[in-house]
Amino acid sequence: MSNIDLVASSDMEFTRPNLERQLLEGRAIKNNVLTILTWGTAILASVPLLSVMYMLLVRGGTRLFGADFAEVLTALPPAGFEMGGGIGPAIVGTLLMVAIASAISVPFGILAAIYLAMLEPKGKLATTARFLAKVLTGFPSILAGVFVYAVLVISFGYSALAGGVALAVLMLPTVVLAAEEAIKQVPQRMKDAAYGIGCTRTQVIWKVVLPTGLPGILTGVMLAIAGAAGESAPLLFTALFSNYFISELMEPTASLSILIYNFSGMPFENQIELAWTASLVLVLIVLVFNILARLFGQPKV
Amino acid sequence: MAINPFANSGNSGSITRPPSSAERATDSIFRAVAYVCALLIIVLVAFILWEIGKKAVPAMADHGLGFWVGTTWDTNNGVFGVLPEIWGTLYSSLLALLVGGVFGIAIAIFLTQDFIHDRVASTFRTIVELLAAIPSVVYGLWGIYVLIPMIRPGAEWLHAHFSWFPLFGSDLSGPGMAPAALVLAIMILPTVAAISVDAFRRIPYKVKEAAYGMGTTKWEAILKVMLPTASSGILAALVLGFGRALGETMALAMLIGNSNQISLSLFAPANTLASLLASNFPEAGPIEVQALMYAALVLLLITFAVNIIGLGIQQYTMRKFEGKA
Repeated sequence: MSNIDLVASSDMEFTRPNLERQLLEGRAIKNNVLTILTWGTAILASVPLLSVMYMLLVRGGTRLFGADFAEVLTALPPAGFEMGGGIGPAIVGTLLMVAIASAISVPFGILAAIYLAMLEPKGKLATTARFLAKVLTGFPSILAGVFVYAVLVISFGYSALAGGVALAVLMLPTVVLAAEEAIKQVPQRMKDAAYGIGCTRTQVIWKVVLPTGLPGILTGVMLAIAGAAGESAPLLFTALFSNYFISELMEPTASLSILIYNFSGMPFENQIELAWTASLVLVLIVLVFNILARLFGQPKV
Repeated sequence: MAINPFANSGNSGSITRPPSSAERATDSIFRAVAYVCALLIIVLVAFILWEIGKKAVPAMADHGLGFWVGTTWDTNNGVFGVLPEIWGTLYSSLLALLVGGVFGIAIAIFLTQDFIHDRVASTFRTIVELLAAIPSVVYGLWGIYVLIPMIRPGAEWLHAHFSWFPLFGSDLSGPGMAPAALVLAIMILPTVAAISVDAFRRIPYKVKEAAYGMGTTKWEAILKVMLPTASSGILAALVLGFGRALGETMALAMLIGNSNQISLSLFAPANTLASLLASNFPEAGPIEVQALMYAALVLLLITFAVNIIGLGIQQYTMRKFEGKA
């Protein structure tokens, strides 16, 4: 006979543990308090965004959605005590410099991403370049301005081109990393099928990988453009500022962000109002590119 | 008889054929171009370091290491030192990290630990991402006209009643450390939250199930299992957020008051390396430009060091989890 008794003897006092949740138990109270705190933190964290949006619409919206919106969008900025005026040159300048930056950084970025993702992903060059691209994403934007100042501005003076190059330095890592990620997502089978019918690597890249990875690449490009449009520090001493519409690439150029910076500290109500209007226009431009990024990024059905 | 794998045995519809010599040539040219572009990233970083370093050499020769510990920035007499700016940069970034870090991690927990429905969570994520999309200069404007007036009564009360406490040792006369650090916190919150969310997502689901299976409450599971497991990823988030804060320029140039002093007080004006560059560069003469280049080099070295540490921790975390999976 085994001396292990598998059945508890009936005379032994057997207490069932209480498996019901106890609301007032210490650990339950702690749990609920922390949950409430987390909800509070999340709500508190969205307050700044709502406040910024509200101020933009109320203080920037009066001019932009008012009767003289055409003047605001096209006129030259006002001087001192002058009333009215607009942000026309700044809008043109911002769009132009972002276009220059995209024209430089997008082709370079995508080609570099092709190398990183397809041609030699594990090689020494790719590993180093990828790491440096990541380091560059945390590169202070003002240093892009300092760099371009040292390279271009000292010899050629303040210009829209210098501003565009500074923005391109900041866009490049975003484009490279996003495009690399998008190219990696292309299924290996599609590439293998193309290799199988005798395609060279270049043909696989142009006819299979790029068309398939395009939505992801465009998402990255749009996000990079949105970021560049909002930058101001790299433009401070590369593009400088101008009160007039740009007539050639090699002259100082206005931009929305520098206009906001300059007007924010002025003692004139009209200028401060224009700074808010320019902020609203700038945020709208940034939002449009963010929304485009999301649209491209949505998976196709 | 040798079999030619590419011979079209009667199947004239097949597109299978070997690449022509022209295609081979295009292929090698294109690959060389892609190689050069990847190389350009490395060249660009080296060129940035070289250019800023080269332009800083005259100032380095003039001011030497005393530049790091000097406390005056006097253009007329050519005396330059950046200790107050280094202090202001580190102090504002640390304060921002304290606030933005707590909020960022709390939001990452909120988004990943089943507090809200997945669809609501993705909407909330969009809101946090939009916080990152708003340009720095707009935050600066908002800080001047909304935040400073808002925190001023509180700051005055704290100074009136607790002025013996070093943090409240001065009056908030307008721009100062507190509004600058708060705006900075808002700006790094999305970075911290996004990287922390990734860290939580990387934890295998069975870890959470095992914790719940032992009868933990939700918060016991979070504090004792999820947070320690995600800790290295969260550390990376904090370090990278800190790196972001160090280099942030415009909002700080508009809010911190640009005053060359070292103070513990939250309400005193201060200065940072980046806002020193922003406010002095446009009107600087040649001697001051050299000193500013030296300051830029200091900022470059500090931010690169912090970012490389952060990326190192992040890659270590990724490898750790990939190894276990």
